[in-house]
Amino acid sequence: MPPSPQSGAETTLPSVTAVPGPRLAIRLDWLGIVPFMLFALLFLLLPTAFLMVGAFQDAQGHFTLAKLGLLLQGNVLDAYLISLEVSAASAIVGAIAGFALAWAVVHGGLPAWIRPSLLTFSGVAANFAGVPLAFAFLCTLGRTGLVTLLLQHYAGIDPYSTGFTLLSFHGLVLTYLYFQIPLMVLIVTPALEGLRKEWREASDSLGGTALHYWIHVALPVLAPSVLGASLLLFANAFGAVATAYALTGSSLNIVTILLYAQIRGDVLHDPNLGYALALGMIVITSLSSAGYLWLSARTQRRRS
Amino acid sequence: MKPASRAGAWLAIALGSLYFLLPLIATFEFSLRMRRESYSLEAYRVVLTDPGFQSAFGYSILMALLTVITSIVLVVPTACWIELRLPRMRPVIEFITLLPLVIPAIIIVFGYLRLYNSSSWLPLTGNERATDLLLICSYVTLSLPYMYRSVHSGLRAIDVRTLTEASESLGAGWFTTLAHVIAPALKSAILSGSFLTFAVVIGEFTMASLLNRPAFGPYLQLIGANRAYEPSALAVIAFLVTWASMGLIQVVSRNAAGAGAKRRLPGA
Amino acid sequence: MAFLDIAHVGKTFGAASVVNDVNLAIEKGEFVTLLGPSGCGKTTLLRMIAGFESASSGSIHIDGHDVTLQRARQRRVGMVFQSYALFPTMTVADNIAYGLKIAREPKSAIAERVEQMMKLIRLSQHAQHYPWQLSGGQQQRVALARALASSPRLLLLDEPLSALDAKIRVALRDEIRALQRKLGITTLFVTHDQEEALSLSDRVVVMNEGRIEQVGTPFEIYNFPRTRFVASFVGTLNILNSRVLDEASGLVEVDGQTVTVARLRRSGHGERTLALRPEAVVLESPLAGRNSLMATIEEVNFLGSVVRLRARLQETVLSFDIFNDPGQTLPQRGSRVALGFSHDNLLELEAS
Repeated sequence: MPPSPQSGAETTLPSVTAVPGPRLAIRLDWLGIVPFMLFALLFLLLPTAFLMVGAFQDAQGHFTLAKLGLLLQGNVLDAYLISLEVSAASAIVGAIAGFALAWAVVHGGLPAWIRPSLLTFSGVAANFAGVPLAFAFLCTLGRTGLVTLLLQHYAGIDPYSTGFTLLSFHGLVLTYLYFQIPLMVLIVTPALEGLRKEWREASDSLGGTALHYWIHVALPVLAPSVLGASLLLFANAFGAVATAYALTGSSLNIVTILLYAQIRGDVLHDPNLGYALALGMIVITSLSSAGYLWLSARTQRRRS
Repeated sequence: MKPASRAGAWLAIALGSLYFLLPLIATFEFSLRMRRESYSLEAYRVVLTDPGFQSAFGYSILMALLTVITSIVLVVPTACWIELRLPRMRPVIEFITLLPLVIPAIIIVFGYLRLYNSSSWLPLTGNERATDLLLICSYVTLSLPYMYRSVHSGLRAIDVRTLTEASESLGAGWFTTLAHVIAPALKSAILSGSFLTFAVVIGEFTMASLLNRPAFGPYLQLIGANRAYEPSALAVIAFLVTWASMGLIQVVSRNAAGAGAKRRLPGA
Repeated sequence: MAFLDIAHVGKTFGAASVVNDVNLAIEKGEFVTLLGPSGCGKTTLLRMIAGFESASSGSIHIDGHDVTLQRARQRRVGMVFQSYALFPTMTVADNIAYGLKIAREPKSAIAERVEQMMKLIRLSQHAQHYPWQLSGGQQQRVALARALASSPRLLLLDEPLSALDAKIRVALRDEIRALQRKLGITTLFVTHDQEEALSLSDRVVVMNEGRIEQVGTPFEIYNFPRTRFVASFVGTLNILNSRVLDEASGLVEVDGQTVTVARLRRSGHGERTLALRPEAVVLESPLAGRNSLMATIEEVNFLGSVVRLRARLQETVLSFDIFNDPGQTLPQRGSRVALGFSHDNLLELEAS
């Protein structure tokens, strides 16, 4: 194609007056997001980056891996282990239970009013975390909680005599599920609504049983959303502080409570350990969230 | 639908209801037990007349309102600007607004304490008013995912570009357009984001506790550690506040849909 | 008994009756279209044959076997949906292989059959692509191959072309027909598009309000509609309200002028509804042995190869087409013209 004379003229002979206009406009365009960027920098990005860099610096600002070595201490490793276990357990159970509930309202053939009711309640419960949630579970399954008393009185079972306590791994998971399940319901309901009834019919008319349909069609379609949502649930539980702190005080050794105590200076104050704990948490939550983002991008691409 | 799978669905709903309603019932029942001889609202009376409750709850409401206002002022113009002038920055902004879901609050506040301590370049933790400001900023950060998503989907629904072009062709400036055309059209989206922010912030514990501010969250924790029946009454109150915020979101979005339908009627 | 035999089939949802006492017999290898407006029950009838809905009454036999109570997966019936309904997580090849894998065919046989099907729809080079990487027309071809791969006894297509662009629609229409002839598979096709129905089918079944209005070849349906509904739904048609003057000669009165109808269906005097195809009408001076009506030109629409004219008698308005001829001047609006057509072209419709 021969070069157009017009474009040639523009590149070789720039007009003096034309240049400032567009450049100024471009600068003004960027000006529009400066307040937001400044805010994000000051109150989100810099503080986080400061900790991440700090984890690799000694008191003089030189590079060191010494702080990360602190993560290998017995009680720190234990804390990470328990945190990972609590998060994984509450994410997996929450994902399964949330999926079952969402499936029941979308494809279960239930009366129509149940779906909006469940979604509204899930919106409330997913945000009803923290200290009040801990209170609610203490009132339910604490030593004098209603369910504990009912079980003692009518079923003759004392949960506490079997070794159960709310201030434990199982108790914490059971409590976390109160916001994990609704979160799963909120995330996975749209995905379930995206399952088209024609897929089931196509599978049927090709000779497939319900099992064929679930294994070969429905589960592969839902897998990215379900896995992604589970990762989000995991990160959600891993970063939670208030519920666990209000429920167990410092008696359960999980990472967030360890870090909380570290910051408050309740225990022997070692700022280096704080940096290392923070870095470990950032790495773990970032990995699971990156997994979530990657999976949801995959889902969207397929839908388009 | 086969009867077997419908029975399974009912079973799931029944078990779910049991798990979700029992703690609510138990908490309410517990909150009535303060007087040994009979059920009473004594716990509520004690809590509501406690000056500590009043000041902590009042402080948190004030912080929540300031957070909502700051969040709106920060997010709405930015989201509009991105939609109109800098669409290529959208992925970056979206990523930033998702970060508060990724980075735990305790990490963010730990960063603040390191970065803005009293001997730093910006000693925001130096005095109480400055710390209040820092607390509000931390809450705005927490609210970014909710507020931005809500406003963004609102903008998607109204075709902001055409509205702006129409307004500008009638001689309106950028600010007039934002205040008189876009903001009213976004009202329900902004209100939804605001109520959600309010619900998240009102009982927040981690930020307030570590910044050492006298908010509702730390107050709840303190009462929980020292009293028997008051915590359950407080939990009921907190649940009602969350429920009210979510209920208002429903009302707001239903009204928006209703008003839209009504507006369309004469043309149809 | 015919290959596909539908006897007294009805479907009710609550109080609403969607399909009403339908009887239909389709021979092996036939291509039959169910044609009708949306809500006429054609899709429900198709879904009852596929086994997605159960019939409220009546019976369905395929190849001599009663399938009325069988599940969809037992019927060996291939189905193609309007929305393609390809499995999104499977490649083209895996989609086509799905039914064969379920039937536990040997691996080598599956590979061979998939290869053969992809050649048939000319998508061999896309074997490893996913549905979202294909155009709508390509996706529907894959859906067709998937339905045909396990050699079903019957192929059902539910408005398979409605979601496609006009150009692809015509191309795929011809492809479906060619494929059907090649495989000789008995096919039932649902559409609301009369052109599709007429161009594709051996026989057309026109449905309205849950009932069959008329069954016949495209030629019969178009040229000899029996009811006013069929006449107006299939093609554009002029409706003339007439009064019988002389039953023996077929002389009737339309808006004060007289015309002759070759065949009156019913005896007796009174009002009769007549139909007249636009393409039967020409501009000509009155001729012996032909009908002629004087009318005033109201509208002249130039459509390219043809010119569509609208002329008014008194109450009655007639549309008709003339070929575009650059050597001829078009009639002006308001001018008086004589419209000619043969006695055979006037069809009497059944009283509705």
